[in-house]
Amino acid sequence: MRENREVAIQISGVKKKYKLGQIGGGTLQGDLQTWWARVRGKEDPNSKIGQDQRLIGQTFMALNGIDLTVYKGEALGIIGGNGAGKSTLLKLLSRVTAPSEGEIDIYGRIASMLEVGTGFNGEMTGRENVYMNGAILGMTKAEIDAKMEQIIEFSEVREFIDTPVKRYSSGMYVKLAFSVAAHLDSEIMIMDEVLAVGDMAFQKKCLDKMRDAAKLEGRTVLYVSHNMNTIRQLCDRCVVLDKGKIVFDGDVEKAIGMYMGIAYSAEKKHNDFSIREYDPWITSNIKINYLDVEGESNNVLFGNNFVFSLNFMCTKNIENLCFRLTILLPDRTAVATSTTSEITTTAGETYQKTYDLDISQIAPGKYIMQIVAFQPTGYGSQVRHDYVPHAVSFSVYTNQQLHNFEWNRRAWGDHVLPTARENI
Amino acid sequence: MNTTKTKSVQHYTHITSKHRWYDLNLREVWQYRDLIWLFTQRNFVVKYKQTVLGPAWIFLSPLISSFIYAFVFGGIAGIGTDGVPSILFYLAGNAIWTYFSSCVTQNASTFTTNASVFGKVYFPRLTMPASNVLSSMLQFGVQMLLVLGFLLYYVIAGAVHPHWEAWLLVPVVLLHLGLLGLGCGIIISSLTTKYRDLSIFVSFGVSLWMYITPVVYPMSQLDDGIMKTLLMLNPVTAPVELFRYAVLGVGSVMPGYIAVSGIITVVLLILGIMIFNKVEKTFMDTV
Repeated sequence: MRENREVAIQISGVKKKYKLGQIGGGTLQGDLQTWWARVRGKEDPNSKIGQDQRLIGQTFMALNGIDLTVYKGEALGIIGGNGAGKSTLLKLLSRVTAPSEGEIDIYGRIASMLEVGTGFNGEMTGRENVYMNGAILGMTKAEIDAKMEQIIEFSEVREFIDTPVKRYSSGMYVKLAFSVAAHLDSEIMIMDEVLAVGDMAFQKKCLDKMRDAAKLEGRTVLYVSHNMNTIRQLCDRCVVLDKGKIVFDGDVEKAIGMYMGIAYSAEKKHNDFSIREYDPWITSNIKINYLDVEGESNNVLFGNNFVFSLNFMCTKNIENLCFRLTILLPDRTAVATSTTSEITTTAGETYQKTYDLDISQIAPGKYIMQIVAFQPTGYGSQVRHDYVPHAVSFSVYTNQQLHNFEWNRRAWGDHVLPTARENI
Repeated sequence: MNTTKTKSVQHYTHITSKHRWYDLNLREVWQYRDLIWLFTQRNFVVKYKQTVLGPAWIFLSPLISSFIYAFVFGGIAGIGTDGVPSILFYLAGNAIWTYFSSCVTQNASTFTTNASVFGKVYFPRLTMPASNVLSSMLQFGVQMLLVLGFLLYYVIAGAVHPHWEAWLLVPVVLLHLGLLGLGCGIIISSLTTKYRDLSIFVSFGVSLWMYITPVVYPMSQLDDGIMKTLLMLNPVTAPVELFRYAVLGVGSVMPGYIAVSGIITVVLLILGIMIFNKVEKTFMDTV
């Protein structure tokens, strides 16, 4: 199906190499010495003594072989830790710097917002800067003239448009700058966390604008952010970068889960926790050994209960032991929590308990469960005996429509409440 | 599918690690001509914002330096001015030299001063040097008003006899010097991304260059010999002499040296654009 769609960006085998340390980046004198020595076939006076000649020009691969195809109208999220290569990739796409190897084909005009307000000059008025910034982004004067009214309207700084921007508050500055970029007639928009600024209302406005750009106008959006919520709201495909390589490409939730350090694919029936490090803030009087999913698989039909058994060892007599079961999204946003009934345990014993958790209100999707073994002490406090942050991955699925709809988690949330009954 | 692609998308960009040296990308620069003009305006406008005297500085600084030149070179050193009133002689020389030197020095720092903009967004980098030349030209135009004022006074007084027919060559001289300054400037700016030594050299290098150019003295002050030949080989000398020939009616027109200067200009310009285009691709990694 995908092959029939128009390609917006085709990246093939792209690598970006940076030189490490001082080599080659020094002074003219140094480089001339090196060059002269090489001409005469002598040893380079600037190489460190005892240095292996092969090590000269040690390099760092910021991008190490990226292959990626972005289709027209797609909103692609790019996530990854610091140094994963996200910004380098965007820089290559926006032609700020060239790749060391590989090729990129771009079909369409690119509006790149690696920073908002590039080229803004504090001495010039808002209006002058709109012209300047627009021209830098590739608009002609006629295009800017045509868009000027829309830009001013969107930016919410109409009263100050003829004031030098150095008098602007940082929020006004960003609003104006974003407005220019957002009104660029480009087929492709590239953004590097520009939404981190501006107030909540404006952030929402920007997100909506970008979503419209992708969904209604068929523009392609590439968005880099550390804010998983904006990624979730905006993107319909997500790429995870790690150490200069694409380690995941596909579903947004899975990508976020993966980035959050959770091997999401591991939907295991038997989850063993016997070998692990224990957190310092738990007593370790209880040691949960493993969790087994009872039932056919980790896929639970919507409306059914999640049944599992816990195997745990006890090293101290506890009268009122409970387990707190928290259901989380893959990025560890809590969805719902329940507790087990209190039990009394004896030191030295190992227990195997089966629990039946009612998750009939949890919307279809992918979840993980976190377990805390604790003992209520009264007055609302507790003693925590064990903690398993990622006890099991499971998913809820359905074959039918819920409340007559395809459930839209983004808009309606993770809980499906029962149908409201008419009060007679 | 391919047909729809070409129909809906006119813009196609191919980014590769390979760079072809003859790829001068001048068409793209032309597409961004609005930007060149905006940069030109900005250079001109921003310079005098929040100054008390504002654009009056364009008149003040050449006036002051011309008086100083008249005092030092004319008064103390006693260098002649070919019979032209010294203040007019120095004003004209100052105008044309300021134009050339600002073409060189402004362009020499293209990459380093604009690193923050260049690092965030792509546009043809040559727009920046091109606009620097244009704004230098504007500044020259304003400065010429001052020269014309003095000229008018002295022409009426009968002290100078300009070659009016040669005035037609003044725009050519301007273009020539502008391109020469552009060529030198962008070569230096391309090299400064790697070697910062040059940025230190440039500021005093250009002021030294003025002394091997007949700006504060006429060529006629020199006796024929190796020194004079060397000075004439300086590519700025012939255009400056031509300019003075037209405006002040003194100085010499030597087609041979003008041709030499023209060849040097073309070579430096093409070499400069080639180096510049190569450096602009990756300078962000070394600057």
